Amino acid sequence: MFSWEKLGRIYNPHDFENRSEWMFEFAQAPCTLVFDDFVRVYFGCRPKRDASGQYVTYISYVDLNRKDLFKIERFSEEPVLKLGNKGCFDEFGTYPISVIKRGGEVWGYYAGWTRCESVPFNVGIGLAISKNNGETFEKLGEGPILPYSLYEPFTLSGPKIRKFGDTYYLIYIAGKEWLTINERPEICHKIKMATSSDGINWKKLNKDLVPDSWGENESQASPDVFYANGKYHMFFCGWLPSNFRVTRKRLIGYAYSTDLINWTRDDSKVGVTVSESGWDSEMVAYPHVFELDGAIYMMYIGNEVGRYGFGLAKLNGEL
Amino acid sequence: MKWRKLGKIFDPSEHQWKEDFIGFAQSPQVIVFENFVRIYFSIRKKDKTGKFISHIQFVDFDRELKSVIKVSDHEVFGPGKLGCFDEHGIFPINVLRHNDKILAYTNGWTRRVSVSVDTGIGYAISHDNGNTFERIGDGPVLSATLHEPVLVGDPFVKFIDGVFHMWYLFGLGWKKYSDDAPPDRVYKISHATSLDGINWVKEEGKRIISDRLNEDECQALPTVIYFGDRYHMYFCYRGSFDFRKNKNNAYRIGYAYSFDLTNWTRDDNQAGIDVSENGWDSDMQCYPHIFEMDGELYLLYNGNEFGARGFGAAILEHM
Repeated sequence: MFSWEKLGRIYNPHDFENRSEWMFEFAQAPCTLVFDDFVRVYFGCRPKRDASGQYVTYISYVDLNRKDLFKIERFSEEPVLKLGNKGCFDEFGTYPISVIKRGGEVWGYYAGWTRCESVPFNVGIGLAISKNNGETFEKLGEGPILPYSLYEPFTLSGPKIRKFGDTYYLIYIAGKEWLTINERPEICHKIKMATSSDGINWKKLNKDLVPDSWGENESQASPDVFYANGKYHMFFCGWLPSNFRVTRKRLIGYAYSTDLINWTRDDSKVGVTVSESGWDSEMVAYPHVFELDGAIYMMYIGNEVGRYGFGLAKLNGEL
Repeated sequence: MKWRKLGKIFDPSEHQWKEDFIGFAQSPQVIVFENFVRIYFSIRKKDKTGKFISHIQFVDFDRELKSVIKVSDHEVFGPGKLGCFDEHGIFPINVLRHNDKILAYTNGWTRRVSVSVDTGIGYAISHDNGNTFERIGDGPVLSATLHEPVLVGDPFVKFIDGVFHMWYLFGLGWKKYSDDAPPDRVYKISHATSLDGINWVKEEGKRIISDRLNEDECQALPTVIYFGDRYHMYFCYRGSFDFRKNKNNAYRIGYAYSFDLTNWTRDDNQAGIDVSENGWDSDMQCYPHIFEMDGELYLLYNGNEFGARGFGAAILEHM
């Protein structure tokens, strides 16, 4: 089992009385971008519910002191990305985002949310580019970069962009089925991958990357891939659509691979779980693993799917 | 060109149906059989919310389009699954023979919240000579992408010199033209190619047919045929708002020609067909479909009210 030492919560929106309305609560799916003096952490945040009782989600960031990640130096002043135009795939939310530096630019792959009639939402993956060090992003187009397709019919979400060798990899989730649980549609997602030589034109692998282990129709999310010691390590999270609204449970899973295509699942290695009490006592989810100054960290969200922010754990030993 | 009108040839209210169809026989498209011609179309039913769902049915005519042999008495195309692009109906369907099989490309509808619908293009195969069709996957083969952000639909496919060509429409977006009206959409005709009929390459937002009315002109349902020395495309077009009741903004038949399948010249004056002074196609003409049978060229189309009361035909008198 990996040994993750929990270092505590980094950011809780409720700690900041004068926060902007659009950053009222939630700090979901953290994703880091390392600069010389600071570490920028992107996350999804929400204002209060709108007139129809629904949430929208924006992408925000906090800059953390590189020498002390518990010191917030700066907040994003505005959403880093605008919501989509009427009828577009990202009209009602942009979240999560995964970023990669390319030359002087930062490319951000994000999930965009729209509202549907028979099911609550649909989600597609878009691409936006920043020319100001990741402070704001402009969309490359109004539509998604990864379309709904024959074998991935809906809810493409949770993108993570990686580059290994000359190839870009987008690891994401796609809906397999809308289940009906207690007369309510609940989504079952599986982890997917696509590859690209330019980051724009993608070839889908059309494969469920990671086998189930929590139960039938488990929903998988946030597939974060990190390379270390000759292997690709994937930490992800998930839940059981049949009961998660009752148990409020989301779990972190783990799989490894040597070729990014064939993955072996081994949740016994995860090494991070809920605390006895406190902000992450019910839930640890949306893991993001990154390396900083010789150490390996995991950021993750806590209770109520990150309503009260995200925290940090540090790896003792190796992956 | 000069088309001689044969009048309205099919009215769904004059036939017995197994289900509670409430009318419409939209976008007639054919497969010619040895002893008859089968015309597929979209007919409507109300669902439990009171909204319409388009279903595929067909009618078999004799090869002179003079008498009905039979109408379908079964489900030709099964319903789309929960949350899928074609959950709320299929309209239109394009059918073609290819290597002893009959293929179908569909325009699938799904309802949204901020706008009425979105669409995608599906693919299906008939294993029983066109009586029923089966999807090979739950999702679309063509859907919204970076520069075609909404409403990808109205496919028309032809296999030419080893390549599948698809003409279809994509939406530029939704606009509110007045405070008291719901948002309206603008869409244009484009073109994609494929070697296997399943994996398509789009031209990403390329509009192949120039506008006649204004930049918000809506162009729909292309049908392409080769005769004489060129490819001929018929389609329909309309103003982007107030097009349902106002005959001046309603659908008309448009025409373009091409020698190379790349460059199209629009010239509606050559279409050779227009609305009648009075009668079933006096206010509107839409959803054209051209086919050849026994040495004659036929044009099927819908008239007033988008085909609520059936479809008619015309025969080409001379070029």
